[in-house]
Amino acid sequence: MSELTACQRLDIIRHKGRPTALDYIPMIFDEFFEMHGDRLFGDDGAIVGGVASFKGTPVTVIAEVKGRDLQENQRCNFGMPHPEGYRKALRLARQAEKFRRPVICLVDTAGAFCGVEAEKRGQGEAIARNIMEFMTLKTPVISIILGEGGSGGALALAVCDELAMLENAIYSVISPRGFASILWKDASREREACDIMKVTAEDLVRLKVCDRIIQEAEGGAHNDPQQTAEYISEYISESLQSLQNKFQKGLDEMINRRYNKFRVVGEFQEPPQSDMKAGQ
Amino acid sequence: MQFEDLFSVVRERFNSEKNADDGAKKKTDIPAGLLFKCPRCLQVTFQEEFLKNGKVCPNCNYHSRLTARERLDITVDKGSFEEFDAEMLSANPIDFPGYEAKQQELRAKTGLKDAVLTGKAKIRGMDIVIIVMDSNYMMASMGSVVGEKITRAIETATARRLPVIAFTASGGARMQEGIVSLMQMAKTSGAVARHNEAGLLYISVMTDPTTGGVTASFASLGDIIIAEPKVLIGFAGRRVIEGTIRQKLPDDFQSAEFMLENGFVDMIVDRKKLRRVIAHLLILHKPAAQNEEGGEGQ
Repeated sequence: MSELTACQRLDIIRHKGRPTALDYIPMIFDEFFEMHGDRLFGDDGAIVGGVASFKGTPVTVIAEVKGRDLQENQRCNFGMPHPEGYRKALRLARQAEKFRRPVICLVDTAGAFCGVEAEKRGQGEAIARNIMEFMTLKTPVISIILGEGGSGGALALAVCDELAMLENAIYSVISPRGFASILWKDASREREACDIMKVTAEDLVRLKVCDRIIQEAEGGAHNDPQQTAEYISEYISESLQSLQNKFQKGLDEMINRRYNKFRVVGEFQEPPQSDMKAGQ
Repeated sequence: MQFEDLFSVVRERFNSEKNADDGAKKKTDIPAGLLFKCPRCLQVTFQEEFLKNGKVCPNCNYHSRLTARERLDITVDKGSFEEFDAEMLSANPIDFPGYEAKQQELRAKTGLKDAVLTGKAKIRGMDIVIIVMDSNYMMASMGSVVGEKITRAIETATARRLPVIAFTASGGARMQEGIVSLMQMAKTSGAVARHNEAGLLYISVMTDPTTGGVTASFASLGDIIIAEPKVLIGFAGRRVIEGTIRQKLPDDFQSAEFMLENGFVDMIVDRKKLRRVIAHLLILHKPAAQNEEGGEGQ
């Protein structure tokens, strides 16, 4: 795998020809039937979801979609979901649980949309609800970060049994641009920010956030989307099989395992005597 | 494009931290702490009157920020608070420059170890687990210590079958801990999920300001969500939204009242009635908690 700095990877994921979820879905899945709407308010174009077949196995696919041109971007709001997008995702995840199919989330967003309507419809609540409900969803969940995993807007689709990232993808608490504008009041220094934020797949494996890194085509996914799609497929195949088996053997154990995956993230110090509690 | 300035509540926090010293100077320009200028209605009242009113603006009823200790004093039975994890200190997970020094400075200044106090307490004799965030410490941003203490407190409540009362206040995720701070949202919400599945009561009380990653996690997940009057509650920073839509937002945008109107808060309760309201709600949920074995589904 290539050795690049975080900001070199940022350039790769910002490449105009970077494949989006809409490119990958037909390459990875057969018979994708898109399902629309959250049944509460409307349908959000920033999150596309539906039922598909993955090598003969029915799966639910939920994907954040970045546009490839202006028209697509108008429909998908530059990949920034509104609350109804997250609520649609949750509805489809519940449906997957009912029919015992695995959920595959493709994450690619700068973050949840920040706007008046998003606030009115409870952006915070929508994200919180997804995080909580995905935590106990009784079916396997795999999340793959395709490009940008920005903040709570990404986390809402990334509470999962296994988190994978494409080789050049980044996942961060705030976009590098936001980080730069906070630290130096200068959003144009995002590249610098990107390098100190620890956002690459390798950083995140070290921080116990990311479980697997998926190789991209030489020089970045845009050079060969089909090849990259195959790498993603291979990963899904392998991971689905092992997760499906484990879920069939012990559902509670798998739900506990998911909880603990997140439970262990954090660094702090405490005097030895209270260490006892940590073992609870 | 401003679109990418997500979580920039955090930026406001940074700015307000940076300006904290200036702020103190400005305050001394107004005759030394004699007056309180309300950030909501901008009216000036005597500090004494403001304090006597429980740090509530006598003019517009804005419920100003309390320290965690002040909150405990007016909420739980005297002497009943037993703190959990009092000695936990933060580390520096992404080796953020200057983070340790900043923490030391704040510890000395606030007497807190981090931005949350958790523990067991009683309200009118009823046992609860209580979580109180303190905005004086890095605007109560959620890093590892805040996330871990809250998660443990909720886990303890689940194990001992106790209700949880959380007083939330936060600028959002703690940027200095990078992605690790984002994961605290998952941790705390996961703990709420388990407490919820055990059929136990969780009351979230949103105080000034409840924003960003805390709004987008455990704060919004209470069985009952209470807010104090006029406090700020929201997900994204006001300035980011103003930048996006290029127009000024109305004053009551992202207030407790705005959240009530839009259906994200159950009730707005005055500070002086809060303890009583919580006590009554605890009583109403007592039998339900005892009978929970009988119920299936929600």
